[in-house]
Amino acid sequence: MSTLIDGAMRPVYLDNNATTRVDPEVLEAMLPFFTEQFGNASSMHAFGAQVGGALQQARRQLQALLGCEFDHEIVFTGSGTEADNTAILSALETQSSARQPRDEIVTTAVEHPAVLALCEWLEKTRGVKVHRIGVDAKGRLDLEAYRRALGPRTAIASIMWANNETGTIFPVEQLAELAHEAGVLFHTDAVQAVGKLPIDLKTSEIDMLSLSGHKLHGPKGIGALYVRRGVRLRPMIRGGHQERGRRAGTENAPAIVGLGKAAELAQQWMAHEQTEVRALRDRLEAGIVERVPRCIVNGDPESRLPNTSNIAFEFIEGEAILLLMNQYGIAASSGSACTSGSLEPSHVLRAMNIPYTAAHGSTRFSLSRENTQADVDRVIDVMPAIVARLRELSPFWNEQTASEVQFNPTYA
Amino acid sequence: MWEYSEKVKDYFFNPKNVGALEGADGVGDVGAIACGDALRLSIKVDPDTQIITDARFQTFGCGSAIASSSALTELIIGKTLDEALKITNQDIADFLGGLPPEKMHCSVMGYEALRAAVANYKGEAWVDDHEEGALICKCFGIDEGYVERTVRANGLTTIEQITHYTKAAGSCGTCIEGVEEVLQKTNAAMVAEGVLAADEAFDPVIAIRPVRRNKSPGKAAPAAAPAAAAGMTTLQKIRLIEQAIAELRPFLQQDGGDCELVDVDGNTVYVKLTGACVNCQMASVTISGVQERLADKLGFPLRVVPVPAGAPAYA
Repeated sequence: MSTLIDGAMRPVYLDNNATTRVDPEVLEAMLPFFTEQFGNASSMHAFGAQVGGALQQARRQLQALLGCEFDHEIVFTGSGTEADNTAILSALETQSSARQPRDEIVTTAVEHPAVLALCEWLEKTRGVKVHRIGVDAKGRLDLEAYRRALGPRTAIASIMWANNETGTIFPVEQLAELAHEAGVLFHTDAVQAVGKLPIDLKTSEIDMLSLSGHKLHGPKGIGALYVRRGVRLRPMIRGGHQERGRRAGTENAPAIVGLGKAAELAQQWMAHEQTEVRALRDRLEAGIVERVPRCIVNGDPESRLPNTSNIAFEFIEGEAILLLMNQYGIAASSGSACTSGSLEPSHVLRAMNIPYTAAHGSTRFSLSRENTQADVDRVIDVMPAIVARLRELSPFWNEQTASEVQFNPTYA
Repeated sequence: MWEYSEKVKDYFFNPKNVGALEGADGVGDVGAIACGDALRLSIKVDPDTQIITDARFQTFGCGSAIASSSALTELIIGKTLDEALKITNQDIADFLGGLPPEKMHCSVMGYEALRAAVANYKGEAWVDDHEEGALICKCFGIDEGYVERTVRANGLTTIEQITHYTKAAGSCGTCIEGVEEVLQKTNAAMVAEGVLAADEAFDPVIAIRPVRRNKSPGKAAPAAAPAAAAGMTTLQKIRLIEQAIAELRPFLQQDGGDCELVDVDGNTVYVKLTGACVNCQMASVTISGVQERLADKLGFPLRVVPVPAGAPAYA
């Protein structure tokens, strides 16, 4: 087993669903836009024109990654969250009239807070009815319930492409078809999918799609909303005529250029993501499951992001696991309540009905093209001891028999 | 990442008194299901002296839950049952050099486990009366349930009253809308139950109007009386500073904190915050309060600089 982190050891970063490292090529592409090419793209002079050209190139790079028909279907935003909010708020306005009121949203119980918190607020303050479609134990969507929820009052169906915690992929192409059959606008939060899964929007029924730059080795503070040509969009931020009047505010030129470059690189690495990264993830998962007793893989192994593995270590708690992993220079994340400061464990794991002794010990490993086999092997190497050490402390675990103990404390 | 004190980290990475206790005299099992933590405390008690001779813990929980459990065992070993029962959750937090406000419930779990173990030893039934709601005011660690109970018990109808009774929203103020929501909800329920008149109930739109900034110079100019400084010897100055700090300490102690004078260098006063003040998100507010107090007392402006707790005395 490796020794404790001594500063010389290369850290192992397996939290790429939280954020990724900016690719050095992306950074290089961005830098001139802080210095020489600082112009405002809206300006008439040469300073502005150069920047305008760079923004156009970035839009085309992203267009290529998403496979969309026109580059003007892309609206740059300040984040994935802003893109999600814009899509849903716009739909509530554009889809409803006095003759045909549409004040319902169909979404899932496992969306990112960028969608769920907005829906909750709309429910509370605007009387919007929200259908949160449930999932099964593997995190798969209840298709029948989805179909039933779509109706003449539905303003928008907003369903994530891939889940950030478990990596489970929803069949959004099919879900968009079903939405259109019911005459309903379809949006997908594809923040985790873009750059990890091949996407071809020009052959898809998807109306709107949100993405975020920093999840694909681009910079933070930049996102984009794809709005299919012909789909009406009411801007959330009004002001100047930037983004063809659909998102006001001076363009964040360095970040847009960075996102463009990141998209180009993601396309080059796509095959690698599907093969090498997937193989590393599988090796990691198999290695841990083989060496650590009583652990469960969360999510749908049949349909999952290639980079994500969510493993529940029963009878121990996630924050404690992460603190010990951190001692070995390994970074991951957890669905436990204690890591977020909230009192409840992850809403995603709760929606999947994962028992709480497992939900609190769920640990997410999310890889990227920057990880190596040595990284994975080091994690496989240290996890058994970390889990064993915490189980030694756990009242739910019997060391001698290596099994669960009946433990029913008085609960507050 | 949480800001854990060195002692919390030490007690998490190297916990003391781990495991089950063979032939324990009392066992207390408690937990908070929502937070996903649970603790079993086992104690051995000398029947003649009532002294706790040994204690062990088993904990399912996060870093601070494990550290709090271990700290509890260290605190109670060698104490009589009566002495041990006087230990509060704040004592556990203090022992660890403070806990982040979101993590104070970990020390509460230790406090409860001890009561459960003692009840078990005495053959009594132990009923848990601890309630936990969502944390609402992070500065002071006040949860929603506590605000609601206080509003009901005292018939409160304004935010100022809540701050006065519970301290919630009394500092950074970012939780004020959350507190207002609880107040509005609770008042509405009280009106429905007929225990509060409808026109007395809190309505944020009526109660909260924009306020003008207080632009009068007044307090902003403590330099107005520099004469005092001139005629004062260093010794006189230090005596005055000591006196001012002594007057402040009871207020800090009320909140489980404390402050001591470390050194005075010209017009810079070095102090050390201890107890609950350590790691408290409010420490900078406390420091500026101390600074204001000293400036008032001495009649000229001073700079108060906190020396990290646990650091050697300022040389």
